[in-house]
Amino acid sequence: MAAINRDDVAHLARLAHIEMSAEELDRMAVELAVIVDSVKSVSEAAGDDVPATSHPIPLTNVFREDVVGHTFTAEQALSGAPDAFENRFKVPAILDED
Amino acid sequence: MTELKNELIRHSAADLAAKLAAREVSAVEVTQAHLDRIADVDGQVNAFLHVNSEEALAVAADVDAARAAGGAAAEELHALAGVPIAVKDLIVTIGQPTTAGSKILEGWHSPYDATVVKKLRAARMPILGKTNLDEFAMGSSTEHSAFGPTRNPWDLDRIPGGSGGGSAAAVAAFEAPLALGTDTGGSIRQPGAVTGTVGVKPTYGAVSRYGAIAMASSLDQIGPVSRTVLDSALLQEVIGGHDPFDSTSLTDPFNDLVAAARLGNVDGMKIGIVKELHGEGYQAGVEKRFNESLQLLKDAGADIVEVSCPNLKYALGAYYLIMPSEASSNLAKFDGVRFGLRELPKDGPMTIERVMGATRAAGFGDEVKRRIILGTYALSAGYYDAYYGSAQKVRTLIQRDFDAAFAKADVLISPTAPTTAFKLGEKLEDPLAMYLNDVATIPANLAGIPGLSLPGGLADEDGLPVGIQLLAPARQDARLYRVGAVLESALEEKWGGPILAKAPVLGSAATTAGGSN
Repeated sequence: MAAINRDDVAHLARLAHIEMSAEELDRMAVELAVIVDSVKSVSEAAGDDVPATSHPIPLTNVFREDVVGHTFTAEQALSGAPDAFENRFKVPAILDED
Repeated sequence: MTELKNELIRHSAADLAAKLAAREVSAVEVTQAHLDRIADVDGQVNAFLHVNSEEALAVAADVDAARAAGGAAAEELHALAGVPIAVKDLIVTIGQPTTAGSKILEGWHSPYDATVVKKLRAARMPILGKTNLDEFAMGSSTEHSAFGPTRNPWDLDRIPGGSGGGSAAAVAAFEAPLALGTDTGGSIRQPGAVTGTVGVKPTYGAVSRYGAIAMASSLDQIGPVSRTVLDSALLQEVIGGHDPFDSTSLTDPFNDLVAAARLGNVDGMKIGIVKELHGEGYQAGVEKRFNESLQLLKDAGADIVEVSCPNLKYALGAYYLIMPSEASSNLAKFDGVRFGLRELPKDGPMTIERVMGATRAAGFGDEVKRRIILGTYALSAGYYDAYYGSAQKVRTLIQRDFDAAFAKADVLISPTAPTTAFKLGEKLEDPLAMYLNDVATIPANLAGIPGLSLPGGLADEDGLPVGIQLLAPARQDARLYRVGAVLESALEEKWGGPILAKAPVLGSAATTAGGSN
């Protein structure tokens, strides 16, 4: 497996929507390289015949009755919003104009 | 005549419940005594991010009124009614802020209660406030809290463990008899170990996670924090049970925990030492107290056997792939749109994407950013199979190891953490060294099995608490309480009382007594 470098971190930070300064990218690249190196052995631990466990105690078909329970009022749902307008979350432009 | 308030705070939850039922003390007196203690010592400890005096006293007054009225109102009271409790600030509460220890949620109020909080309210347990934690429960020292670290009541220059250092320190400093924690890789048990308190991670699904702000959904579990094993059993029975709001919630009953804690024998039980979870890498004083506990259990009639779980060597690596992967996805919702902080970019076009980038840059601390980036990496195309996929296979191997171990032993035992509490700042610049604190606690989360940590004494070299961890098969939480209570009583007999009686004096009493320790 390839080591993680500064360009990778910059790309990942964009994907994760976290703005990072040049200094932060430098530092994060060094720290993550150490961490990634330490977890490498995991990829060699199990053979192809070992099934993956996504969930420690598997449950199947968890259903409930299809009835309306407690729901928030619009006011409650918007109570923590940074900005709201006419019962909606208000956000800046979705698309860049240029 | 009622007892002095400062004596009230020393009682266990079980004793307080008995005194309340006998009307020797009122719930208002008990609650006020703890609020006074918080006012006295929390400036030193910083266990609380928010103190909920008004509501807590109102709930207590309500309990007192019901008890005074007698008849059905008094009969219907829960055994723990009027016994106050602190709640980790990762768990949402109506009427109090919930921050998750992060700037991104500073000042946010949840419009709903977590299921466990609803259960506390139904039992009429006054909620004293919200306790400090590493940001989004990511850490082993509470130093990653955006609101300053909590300090260990045993030595204010040392860490109280993490992420639930606030809950453990609050209970250790007698600011609360009980607290709620959350445990993803040891965040209840490791703080318990380093503060001389009891902490339990129940079987995955035994307690509803609804309303616990998610870090890693397949690992997270809410559980009790207390000073005695019996108190944790009492609290797990309050908060446990099936919840339709959590699709991973188990339907099994867990109502035999208190009885197990009161059983008082381990005759013929097989207790397995996990070869890989002690010895090399563990502090000498930790190892010594661990061996002492083994002897006490043997003297009490248990059969000590050795078991091996060879795949535990991959546990830390698998955890640091699965946890960040799930966290990176769970934390995507903190984007400045529906709740919490919104930070605008300083210049350039004002698009939602750039607002998200600026918000998350300003709102998240370094450790959270590290884990989000690591998780995004482990989940990215080309790496998914090698990282996340492999880690999930390791999870299977670890479950198989535990299955084999539990074929030979009823309960497994190990030290909870490799060392006693370290100094604040000591591991802050070295994430990997910090992660190693959880090497003995992480396997239980990966396998979904329950684990309990209880005080095992003080290490000779530094006089600081050592934790003993017990592990049981999934759904067998009762075994932890049975063995834990027996070990606790043997240890306390040896010490001549509870371990926290040896902790330094804090607050105004320390000044009048001429300084702490």
